[in-house]
Amino acid sequence: MTDSHRPPPYGSLALIAIVVGAGAAAFAYTAGWFSPNRLTPNKLVSAFAPPSGPALGHRRNHAKGICFTGSFEANGAGAEISKASIFNKGQYSVIGRFNLGTPNPDAADATVRVRGIGVQLTASDGQVWRSAMIDPPFFPVSNPQAFYALLKASGSKDPNAMKTFIAENPEFARFGEWAKSAPWTGSYAEEPYNSLNSFVMTNKDGAQHVVRWGLVPKATVVPMTQEDFAKLGPNVLEDEIVKRVAAGPQSWTLMVTIANSGDPTADPSKDWPADRRKIDVGTLTVDKIEAEADGPCREINFDPTVLPTGISTSDDPFPAARSAAYMKSYDLRTAEAKYYPRTPAATGDKQ
Amino acid sequence: MTTASQRFNPLQRALHWLMAICILAMFFIGVGMVSTITPKFLPLISTHRSLGIIILALALIRLVVRLRYGAPALPADLPEPMKLAAELSHYALYALMIAMPIIGWAMMSAADYPIVVFGGVRLPPILPQSDSLHALLWSAHYYLAFAFFAVVLLHIAAALFHALVRRDGVFEAMAPIAVHQKTIAGE
Ligand code: HEM
Ligand code: HEM
Ligand code: HEM
Repeated sequence: MTDSHRPPPYGSLALIAIVVGAGAAAFAYTAGWFSPNRLTPNKLVSAFAPPSGPALGHRRNHAKGICFTGSFEANGAGAEISKASIFNKGQYSVIGRFNLGTPNPDAADATVRVRGIGVQLTASDGQVWRSAMIDPPFFPVSNPQAFYALLKASGSKDPNAMKTFIAENPEFARFGEWAKSAPWTGSYAEEPYNSLNSFVMTNKDGAQHVVRWGLVPKATVVPMTQEDFAKLGPNVLEDEIVKRVAAGPQSWTLMVTIANSGDPTADPSKDWPADRRKIDVGTLTVDKIEAEADGPCREINFDPTVLPTGISTSDDPFPAARSAAYMKSYDLRTAEAKYYPRTPAATGDKQ
Repeated sequence: MTTASQRFNPLQRALHWLMAICILAMFFIGVGMVSTITPKFLPLISTHRSLGIIILALALIRLVVRLRYGAPALPADLPEPMKLAAELSHYALYALMIAMPIIGWAMMSAADYPIVVFGGVRLPPILPQSDSLHALLWSAHYYLAFAFFAVVLLHIAAALFHALVRRDGVFEAMAPIAVHQKTIAGE
């Protein structure tokens, strides 16, 4: 060493320790290790699980479901507002999943108020559009933090938790009203499914519109009470859709609703007035049902931010939060696949 | 003063520092994005994909440049264990610079996510959809990211040790601009 006669380099060593220590600390800070109050995807996803723990291998929410395949027949009208190739007149393949808004894959159908659908439309150029929609006309809460608060309150042992939550999130009352009074139906095929979140569509001239979309059932809707529906059995929705689609394909109209300026685009708990312009962009047809365990929808994450060129996210904070949460849920369930065997015969997939 | 053979050539130095910035950014973007549900999540993850692919391209170019032009010899008086540590850590850094982006790409392929980079370019999947592969690659991307960060911290500590304590010309070999050679100046 050339510096053997110099004093020990304590200052330099301390500087090195500071640089490395500061680097590690900045990293840990960014990762949230010093911020126990940060709402992370992990926390949000964990909040769905009942006290007994999540159903391993299954989606952390909307856990009960069944796969389908079918097609989307675009009529060409969507091209007016979006350059997405899926709107060019033509027929495109679809993979999807009917589901119930519950973290319990074995929940009895009549105990679950919210029904949903996940769809993936694949255009001929390979671009995919994924959307996960539900049947209420508006969302229970205004923002993702409030959704977390709702999950916490509804899972809380404190008898006042829900009251406090509603006082702080008054928009929830309307959803409660809907949940109580809206009729039930006996079939996934009779449900409308709404994006609730808003997105931006850009057409080939660069014009942008904020939109929401939804699937409107072509099937005749037979309303019923929750009691009557409960009598049909705990798994009637899956049994019914299997038989119904075997007897004939089921269809929905894909409707895009365009916001007027000033409409609440960042808050899915506020539906837009009924007179907003709606464009019928095509028909979704379901022609085959498959069990989830080894079906084509199992390993798809119906992340609402998977969008083709021509559709993008808006100022609605939900799609980003959902994307982060769905990715976490997907990571967990794919790592737990052994708890949800592909062949029910092997051990039986329901615990 | 340094002579050309004592330093990495300008292309190597430019690649080293450009990539150092990109890779350090990737660590922070990576752990930042997976711990937030705010709207920042989307630009962070799309930057993570694009920057990751840029790093892959630069790393492959850098590997070719390194094989073609070599590296200046380490100081003759550097103890053998330190030489070995330097060499092994450089192998590890090259391996990680190339492996991490490929694992990220493969992990997203196995999950059947579209892999969109640079705001609209769709990369083809490099693996079929598979939950077991996804889980494996997710673990690899996660644990290797932390290992990579640890190796980089050690590497920075070593570089500063050469610069401030040993003053043996190793830091100057990679310094972005010519610095006065301290090997002789230090007597
Ligand atoms: C911050 C709010 C939300 C959170 C944290 C959340 C969370 C989740 C999670 C963790 C899953 C399982 C994902 C998977 O493993 O693939 C899921 C599925 C689903 N969510 Fe959400 N969600 C939210 C908002 C919404 C909204 C606004 C809608 C509808 C408008 C919705 C509709 C659905 C549907 C239909 C599914 C099932 C998709 C499928 O079949 O895979 N969610 N949600
Ligand atoms: C030098 C290259 C890269 C580095 C250093 C890096 C680093 C990281 C880090 C630190 C995380 C967070 C891990 C955690 O805390 O959970 C992460 C996550 C992730 N990275 Fe990378 N990454 C690289 C390249 C890529 C590339 C090229 C892609 C995709 C094309 C990618 C896709 C992802 C994804 C999707 C996640 C989230 C995984 C999940 O939680 O599901 N990465 N990466
Ligand atoms: C993400 C960050 C970094 C990575 C991935 C990285 C990677 C590398 C690699 C692979 C080499 C070997 C070069 C070769 O043999 O081709 C190297 C050399 C070097 N790096 Fe870094 N580096 C990083 C950051 C830094 C920083 C921040 C410093 C300074 C504080 C630094 C200082 C040096 C020095 C002085 C050398 C020359 C070592 C020698 O002569 O063998 N590096 N780096």
